Amino acid sequence: MSSLRRRKPINESSDSKHKAEEEDEGHDDVDADGDDDVNGKNKKTPSKIKKKRGEKPPKQPKWSCMDTCCWFIGCICITWWLLLFLYNAMPASFPQYVTEAITGPLPDPPGVKLKKEGLEAKHPVVFVPGIVTGGLELWEGRECAEGLFRKRLWGGTFGEVYKRPLCWVEHMSLDNETGLDPCGIRVRPVSGLVAADYFAPGYFVWAVLIANLARIGYEDKTMYMAAYDWRLSFQNTEVRDQTLSRIKSNIELLVATNGGRKVVVIPHSMGVLYFLHFMKWVEAPAPMGGGGGPDWCSKHIKAVVNIGGPFLGVPKAIAGLFSAEAKDIAVARALAPGFLDNDIFQFQTLQHVMRMSRTWDSTMSMIPRGGNTIWGGLDWSPEEGNSCAKKREKKNETQIADQAGSENAVCKAKSANYGRIISFGKDVAEASSSDIERIDFRGAIKGHSAANTTCRDVWTEYHDMGFAGIKAVAEYKTYTADSLVDLLHFVAPKMMARGTAHFSYGVAGNLDDPKYKHYKYWSNPLETRLPNAPDMEIYSLYGVGLPTERAYVYKLSPHAECSIPFKIDTSADDEDTCLRDGVYSVDGDETVPVLSAGFMCAKGWRGKTRFNPSGIRTYIREYNHLPPANLLEGRGTLSGAHVDIMGNFALIEDVIRIAAGASGEELGGDQVYSKIFNWSENINLQLDEEIPVHSSS
Amino acid sequence: MASVLRFRKLCYVESAVKCTSVGYESFEIDEKLDEKEEDVLSANNFALEINKKRKQPKRQPKEWRCLDSCCWIIGYLCTTWWLLLFFYHCLPVTLLRVPELPGPGVRLKREGLTALHPVVLVPGIVTGGLELWEGRPCADGLFRKRLWGGGSFTQIFKRPLCLLEHLSLHYETGLDPQGIRVRAVPGLVGADYFAPGYFVWAVLIENLAKIGYEGKNLHMAAYDWRLSFQNTEIRDHALTRLKSKIELMYISNGYKKVVAVPHSMGVIYFLHFLKWVETPPPMGGGGGPGWCAKHIKAVMNIGPAFLGVPKAVSNLFSAEGKDVSYIRAMAPGVFDSEILGLQTFERVMRMARTWDSIVSLLPKGGEVIWGNMDRSPEEGHVCDFSKKSHSKTSLTTNNVNNSDVKRGFLVKDLANYGRIISFGKPASVLHSSKLPTADSKEFLRTSTSENFNNFSCGEAWTEYDEMSRQSIQNVAADKAYTTTTLLDLLRFVAPKMMRRAEAHFSHGIAENLDDPKYNHYKYWSNPLETKLSDAPDMEIYCMYGVGIPTERSYVYKLSPNSRCKSIPYQIDNSVHGEDGSCLKGGVYFADGDESVPVLSAGFMCAKGWRGRTRFNPSGIATYIREYRHKPPTSLMEGRGIESGSHVDIMGNFALIEDIMRVAAGATGDEIGGDQIHSDIIKMSERINLGL
Repeated sequence: MSSLRRRKPINESSDSKHKAEEEDEGHDDVDADGDDDVNGKNKKTPSKIKKKRGEKPPKQPKWSCMDTCCWFIGCICITWWLLLFLYNAMPASFPQYVTEAITGPLPDPPGVKLKKEGLEAKHPVVFVPGIVTGGLELWEGRECAEGLFRKRLWGGTFGEVYKRPLCWVEHMSLDNETGLDPCGIRVRPVSGLVAADYFAPGYFVWAVLIANLARIGYEDKTMYMAAYDWRLSFQNTEVRDQTLSRIKSNIELLVATNGGRKVVVIPHSMGVLYFLHFMKWVEAPAPMGGGGGPDWCSKHIKAVVNIGGPFLGVPKAIAGLFSAEAKDIAVARALAPGFLDNDIFQFQTLQHVMRMSRTWDSTMSMIPRGGNTIWGGLDWSPEEGNSCAKKREKKNETQIADQAGSENAVCKAKSANYGRIISFGKDVAEASSSDIERIDFRGAIKGHSAANTTCRDVWTEYHDMGFAGIKAVAEYKTYTADSLVDLLHFVAPKMMARGTAHFSYGVAGNLDDPKYKHYKYWSNPLETRLPNAPDMEIYSLYGVGLPTERAYVYKLSPHAECSIPFKIDTSADDEDTCLRDGVYSVDGDETVPVLSAGFMCAKGWRGKTRFNPSGIRTYIREYNHLPPANLLEGRGTLSGAHVDIMGNFALIEDVIRIAAGASGEELGGDQVYSKIFNWSENINLQLDEEIPVHSSS
Repeated sequence: MASVLRFRKLCYVESAVKCTSVGYESFEIDEKLDEKEEDVLSANNFALEINKKRKQPKRQPKEWRCLDSCCWIIGYLCTTWWLLLFFYHCLPVTLLRVPELPGPGVRLKREGLTALHPVVLVPGIVTGGLELWEGRPCADGLFRKRLWGGGSFTQIFKRPLCLLEHLSLHYETGLDPQGIRVRAVPGLVGADYFAPGYFVWAVLIENLAKIGYEGKNLHMAAYDWRLSFQNTEIRDHALTRLKSKIELMYISNGYKKVVAVPHSMGVIYFLHFLKWVETPPPMGGGGGPGWCAKHIKAVMNIGPAFLGVPKAVSNLFSAEGKDVSYIRAMAPGVFDSEILGLQTFERVMRMARTWDSIVSLLPKGGEVIWGNMDRSPEEGHVCDFSKKSHSKTSLTTNNVNNSDVKRGFLVKDLANYGRIISFGKPASVLHSSKLPTADSKEFLRTSTSENFNNFSCGEAWTEYDEMSRQSIQNVAADKAYTTTTLLDLLRFVAPKMMRRAEAHFSHGIAENLDDPKYNHYKYWSNPLETKLSDAPDMEIYCMYGVGIPTERSYVYKLSPNSRCKSIPYQIDNSVHGEDGSCLKGGVYFADGDESVPVLSAGFMCAKGWRGRTRFNPSGIATYIREYRHKPPTSLMEGRGIESGSHVDIMGNFALIEDIMRVAAGATGDEIGGDQIHSDIIKMSERINLGL
């Protein structure tokens, strides 16, 4: 941008005008110089000059004041141009030389390495991007969005966010009732690989993987980005855009044009759930499903390689929906420190964001599923005993030695109650369940707060709750995964009414129940069966070793008008129980806890279970997070973070090998660093078909 | 600049002080010398005093002056620029927006039109973007960056040779060279803008979007336009993908048939597709004989090059076609300068000759369509239009100083369009009986003796290097070539290219369409050698601009023989006709859209397919929609909303409106049937083709 701007004075068509100016300035300059000169002489031979050109001296200050400024800017510009010129003249491989000189020779990117091994493109590859990483573009908008036709509203540079924030929010929002387009606005997903290769300039998502796949011969005809509008509920993408039909048709085409070789599907993040939905949809009969017949998946899919899959939801989604405070479920929040928290929107930033994101049905697909069975009750959780010892070990070894000796018993008692996903107050989070007095909020009467009318258009459903309702919520003290859904129903009834039509969060009692034919169950792995495709493979690839949000300590926020009444109590800290800034964290990839990413492959689908009747093989591949060794590595080639893992060389190598035909066994089977298998054991979930158990209400 | 001015001013001041002309002179001498030679200067009595006065105060500013005033100016300009830029960004968006003419989209939406039939856009040659998937080391860092179209062509300037290498195909196979993969950019971005601000499909897309089109019912059938049509299927499965896309859109839009909108070469590509899709699998798409009838509502050809364009001839023959590829549009800036050494044209030619697709644009139908030595369908065409649209001066200043041409011929200076290439003006106007017969057999007899020149010519190898001087002369010896002999000529001068390309394209006229040989794919893109598919409900539109002089035939000369300037022929720019003649700058013009002559664009719809003919056995309805070219009335209009030129017509509101109405469900009769401004019907009647 800056280069562009700087070049413009030269290139611009208004050159002539500038030249005229320039000449003018030139003349002025001459005058000034001449004056200066004369003035200089003035000092030497004052009398002589004064006689002749006495009228000149008053002009002197002009040069020193603004002109030095101009001179200075000119100097900077010239240096800049010079550097820019040198940079452009520099051979493209130069930065690499520098990097190699500093860090030593870089390892070959996996694509190059595997090409040397002789791997070639074999199975076509389908990418399914996750939430927020896909680009969205405008097809029809209000007046304020004029000139943005087919420009990206989401992804890319986000320039419009700064220029016309309210307009942007309006266009990104969906209709609050239907969860579809508002009247007169059509925002559609960008299609093709460009949809999600880079999220913002320089911030790769799929680009590294694509580049490496291209090395072994992949190209457009063998790669397909299943871009979809990630704001919609999964079934609505089909209703509005026929996205599922398009994916189906494209996969069929890929298989047909590549000599009948099945596709390898690589979903990321929410794309994992989306593709789960797709697999059920495609085999379901026509009106509701895609009518592909019961063996469509086994005919067309070789493997589903899930990257960072939130199979069972993420606790972050709760915080996001509850108080718009999740750290990065939406990258909107990543931008937050820069501009969302300041006053562009006149204090209502968070409300605007919340209002916008609450119209997105898809965020509700990420609410933790499986209730207390999976996520733990008031007094237990599968991750129990996961003291943050591991992390502390890294930080401070002496400290742990001290504590282990003296306070072992206390420490154990104080292990975090992860099951209480939301607690009001730290003491509540730590107290034993018998000590907590809870007043049921469900029947509480919502009052009407007077604030409603003054809040103009920033309407969130909190305004309908009134003080009584808010108080009732806080009185209930602590919420487990089960009661959380009820809580959300209470605080945002309209949103949840919309959401529950499309998603379900329970555990199925009897999977033969005809109600499970409805699409709302398709994206919940605990309420659907995998397709009948014994040759298919399911991988779960995710990073571990990063603290990941798991439970929150909330407080009532000082009540200001128009604000969100709850917020995370950032003052709550506890070394022993992984509580930091009001957030309990566990092992994971910074967004998805290990439990959610790994449980289905570790236990739920392992072997022949009722969720996996045909015995599809599952593999877990974990990647231990290592931060980039130095700045030159950018986001690191060993990262385990939710999005950065897409640039993890080990993961890319695995993906390429699978795409080139390797099976899970050839890859090395499971690769586990976390305690996922132990934790899975803790979960008491019925896996046999014969004895259906109603484990959740 | 500033310093010179300053110096002059100083002189003025000094002389004012001295008041003597002598002093002024000596001072001037002093100025030329350096400060260090002050001692020498001091010898000069007259100037001594002045020097002392001058030097001392000047020492300090001297360091300032030179660079600093530069800095100052630049700083000043930058500041002003930034300020303006800042204000520009502060202004509300609506204020600065040029009050755009409301496109037909808005109006038609008000009329109540909504998206009905899915639309498939098929781009033409060179307008589609190409991106790199695998390349040589010189193309480092360009992975998935555009080599062609879309973005700026900065890479051409940065590494021209590298780019040419990557854009070329393999000379023998017409496919990728070893280790290089360049692929078409998929999606609407593939061809919406050719370069920033230079729209191709963008205006049409935007207007379609107004009545409700979006990604799910609007598809851009991007393909690698360098390849022969069948090769796009072999290498990229482009035809299969198009078929699958059309089927998908047909189903997912409630079983509404598709409206296809091909442009330029896309027209014959789509013709190829229509045959391919109904042909059984090994060679075709296996869609079965009813596929087109089931899936396609209308084919709306824009600027169709059904019977080829003469431009392709000159392009292949001497890389001089005016703009069959935009290479030439960029030529004044880049290619005529010496960036690539002296071999710019050779390199471009070599690249273009590896592109099979250009051969698909050679004139088809031979002398029957394009005329023979003495007659042509456009006969009697008066080129007065060229005077109107062009500046008057250009024609009136034509100096008729061709002394070697007899006056008699000039009187009867009717263009013999049939002679597509003539060597020398006499050859273009003489009666055929007076011309040496251009016997095609003659070429075959001429032995192509080896020319050892080619080693010294570096890499810019074109097949001309393999021709001997003698055969080059033979080709030129005062001859004229018609469309039929032209193909022989090309086979002679570029045997390898033609051998490669003629496996994919044919340029003749079918005698008997039931001959089983016509099942081969090489005939599919020639409307004169295929039957249209059996789809009586389908409609075919020919939409093109008229009223712009369009290249139709050329006058060539031998180029002065320089060692490596190896294209031995060039258009004889010095040949001009008299007022009212269609000859200008060595090129005979006819009516058309600047690229495609009316004959090529309109004949099939006007006669070849009109009613039930042997080329159109099921009687598919055809419509001709001509749009008279009107140059933009003001600068604000950009490239004009009534333009008729080959690419700009995509922004022609009348054309867009027609397309939108058809897409929204109208039939050809409802939008007004034929709309003809040119002589296409008369021309067609002169063509004696068995139907």
